[in-house]
Amino acid sequence: MLSKRIIPCLDVKDGRTVKGVNFVDLKDAGDPVELAWQYAQQGADELVFLDITATNERRKTMIEMVKSVARQLNIPFTIGGGITSIADAEALLNAGADKISINSAAVKNPQLIADLAKVFGVQFVVVAVDTKLVEGRNMVHLNGGRLITALETEHWIKQAEESGAGEILLTSMDHDGTKQGFDCQLLDSISKMINIPVIASGGAGKIEHFTEVFTTTGVDAALAASVFHFGEIPIPHLKKELKKHNIPVRL
Amino acid sequence: MIGIVNYGAGNIFSLTSALSRLGLSYGMINTEQDFEQYTHIIIPGVGHAGAAMEKLNQTGLVESIRQLKKPVLGICVGMQLLTSHSQEGDAELMNIIPLETKLFDKELGIKIPHMGWNNIEIKNNLLFEGVENQTQFYFVHSYFIEYNAIFEIATANYGLQYAAAIQKDNFYGVQFHPEKSGAAGEQLLLNFSKLN
Repeated sequence: MLSKRIIPCLDVKDGRTVKGVNFVDLKDAGDPVELAWQYAQQGADELVFLDITATNERRKTMIEMVKSVARQLNIPFTIGGGITSIADAEALLNAGADKISINSAAVKNPQLIADLAKVFGVQFVVVAVDTKLVEGRNMVHLNGGRLITALETEHWIKQAEESGAGEILLTSMDHDGTKQGFDCQLLDSISKMINIPVIASGGAGKIEHFTEVFTTTGVDAALAASVFHFGEIPIPHLKKELKKHNIPVRL
Repeated sequence: MIGIVNYGAGNIFSLTSALSRLGLSYGMINTEQDFEQYTHIIIPGVGHAGAAMEKLNQTGLVESIRQLKKPVLGICVGMQLLTSHSQEGDAELMNIIPLETKLFDKELGIKIPHMGWNNIEIKNNLLFEGVENQTQFYFVHSYFIEYNAIFEIATANYGLQYAAAIQKDNFYGVQFHPEKSGAAGEQLLLNFSKLN
């Protein structure tokens, strides 16, 4: 049986992990390699690194970071942030990334999804979608929810699947940061609508939220950042609780 | 020393990193003569099986691989290349193990690709020495190798029962990625390096 995946998400700036991280036994909370290794030891199934560097040096720094992570990590990881071309993706693949995640670049140039899938295979291409409810409709947003697009979330995700996305990372901006739980209604309708895996993101605050998203929706994975970084939800504990609810997990 | 067949099918950085972590030395196989330097051979591979076979054909190494008596391990698409034929690109493959590589059927109510950690049923085999039955490994694939009791050394269940690992004589194949499957995957690579 396929396990439901638990995915910590790490923000990276200039090759360093940002946001406060509160692991007792961590020597350097800004070191992506050490942090990634710790998460793997705790039982994370996969990691996502989101590059938020805004300088021209970003690509070079990121490649170096990806290589260092790949040397040490024995679980899969995805790189997102600023990927706009085949060349960007290829450099990350060769540095050891298992998947790449594209967001605004795909909205601006939907052909990019098909191009990436053709060259690297669908398993390499995660399409990240930020969604927000506007006047009763789920609309795709960019720039962390600040910029609305003309795309309806359901339509865009369907289009992404047809173009060759191998997985959808769906973040509900209405739930993100609230710690009030995932957007289970939307996540369920999306995961029923498409035939590729869906990663739920936005709103995780406590263990019950993970139980809820896995028992009431068809999502394949759940992603969170702060609840893991601050040690509010230790991953081994979370997985034991999920198991109690008969949710298949890797222990 | 492990030789990796270098035919340009995807990234092998994760694989060589895993071998390095295990203290296993390795090198690249580019020509027929290179096979002599190595005791164990790995055929990696990601992406499209038909395209991978085309690249492998271009290296001119296929006949040498077929003749090998040393332990050979095909990983993911590298495993599929050991079979006779793949529905992916309707491709004729190396035909070392007479099996068919097929596309998962979404009518079985499964999502494709099969992506993530899946438990496997292990048969007694040196490749899985020290790996507990039902251990989970990391899979990423849309095509699978049909179940066959003769060549099966581990099975997985995803919509249907299929081959997670196969063996015929000195040829081994695993559908999952040992280099991405945590401690169990590293154990498997170590076991492979000790096969005679």
